[in-house]
Amino acid sequence: MARAAVLGRLTWQVGTVAAVRDETPTARTISLDVPQWPGHLAGQHVDVRLTAPDGYSAQRSYSIASAPGGTRVELTVQRLADGEVSPYLAQVLSVGDPVELRGPIGGWFVWDPDDTGPVLLAGGGSGVVPLMAMVRTRAATGSRAPFRLVYSARSDQTALYTSELAGLEHAGPGLEVTHVYTRTTPAGWPWPAGRATSDLLAAAGWPPEKMPSVFVCGPTGFVETVADLLVGAGHQPGKIKTERFGPSGGQ
Amino acid sequence: MAAVSPGFFGRRRAASEKLPPGQYLVTDFPVLSAGPTPRVDTGKWQFSLTTETGEAHRWDWAAFRALPADDITVDLHCVTKWSKLGTGWRGVSLDTLLADVATSAGYALVGSYGGYTTNLPLADLLDGKAWIAFGYDGDDLAPEHGGPARLLVPHLYLWKSAKWLQSIRLSDSDEPGFWETLGYHNYGDPWREQRYWGD
Amino acid sequence: MNACLDGNVLAGALSELFTIDITSATGQCVSCGTSGAIGQARVYADAPGLVARCPACGQVVLRLVRSPGRAWLDLRGITCLEVALPG
Repeated sequence: MARAAVLGRLTWQVGTVAAVRDETPTARTISLDVPQWPGHLAGQHVDVRLTAPDGYSAQRSYSIASAPGGTRVELTVQRLADGEVSPYLAQVLSVGDPVELRGPIGGWFVWDPDDTGPVLLAGGGSGVVPLMAMVRTRAATGSRAPFRLVYSARSDQTALYTSELAGLEHAGPGLEVTHVYTRTTPAGWPWPAGRATSDLLAAAGWPPEKMPSVFVCGPTGFVETVADLLVGAGHQPGKIKTERFGPSGGQ
Repeated sequence: MAAVSPGFFGRRRAASEKLPPGQYLVTDFPVLSAGPTPRVDTGKWQFSLTTETGEAHRWDWAAFRALPADDITVDLHCVTKWSKLGTGWRGVSLDTLLADVATSAGYALVGSYGGYTTNLPLADLLDGKAWIAFGYDGDDLAPEHGGPARLLVPHLYLWKSAKWLQSIRLSDSDEPGFWETLGYHNYGDPWREQRYWGD
Repeated sequence: MNACLDGNVLAGALSELFTIDITSATGQCVSCGTSGAIGQARVYADAPGLVARCPACGQVVLRLVRSPGRAWLDLRGITCLEVALPG
């Protein structure tokens, strides 16, 4: 059960860009300093509001990528070619600029570090962002909950956090990461490009008898396919939490 | 007051004097829906028009398509602020459908496949102001835009132009529909910017 | 293609009305009786408002409209909301 981090209805706050770092040629992480940040849980998101000089505003939701850490909030933004907000966040926004945001939002698609049970994470594309917050929170809290992450991306050029995930995997027991590449595999990859199958999910995930908490996030098509495969394999629908990003997987 | 985001301008939004207040021009055709897209087979399609006395008139697809149809070009104004000008439709005028229907009702309650409803004064369906459209832009009306047939009432906000049209019930009393019961204006004139209750 | 999302997308808008998170609250669909977390609802967000539907039967369980100065919330599709509170 998610604790309400703050009482009172959420209001807009202004954070400042403290740092930016490129993750891939089309995605970057924005590190925000938000003075009044009340803290957050892994899996929650923020609403970001951009305002043009003429008063026009556009608002989008972004999953928080970082583990809870004081007033620091990190977002990883994938630039969509025809997006209205993502090109600004992924290319124009600079260190020192203000960003208006509201959050943390959401109490259902969250992982509580006090839970010790096994966890299966399945992320498609930028759907890995809230799952990465869970992985980072697990590392930061020293949780021993066994985590298995299946991460589907088009290629290793577009996959996020690859080296950090490898580092965390090797840093200690309990985190296993399986990459799936749907378009182009890296050199020497033992499997052909393709989507996650029920065989792969069975091999890379947990058997249903382990009753894992399951979090599936990404474009709507990915989420529905994977959730259906998991239910078909015997996982309880009530243990599967989903976060659909919409047909294109973001804005 | 919202903080201005340095370097952000948003999508290019063209305003012009041909647009109702608060609207901006789009060149695509956004799809808005309150539920899954109904898939209605024209072999099973039926439109019913029921008067305030309960007298029902029904058309199957063949009978409907046998009616005289108009090619029209109209502007669309959605309450979510986009407008699309000069859209081409083919449809049967409500004047044609109501020609042989005896009614003194004041209101029309419109129902869609899938459960959506909207309401408007009967007068706003008459005198060349409304059609049941089955063609858009030279093609059959696609399901995502309301096909096989939708209501088209261009002088009101587009939520009144119910997609996946199934029925019109004429009534002496007005019954607010799906959006009208949840804050949207009961009449919805874009030129008077009647978006919400009390506007 | 079904352009629907899940209940998470309600969380931001509902956070303007409630001090607690509603997406983790459970409700029972008035139409079919299925119970579940609001987060599991199928939400149609490309509309003049947010429409949440029961994942089992597709009937409307919750609707929300937001205007610049007002919000309207219809919960008639849920028998009641059950909210876990800190003990």
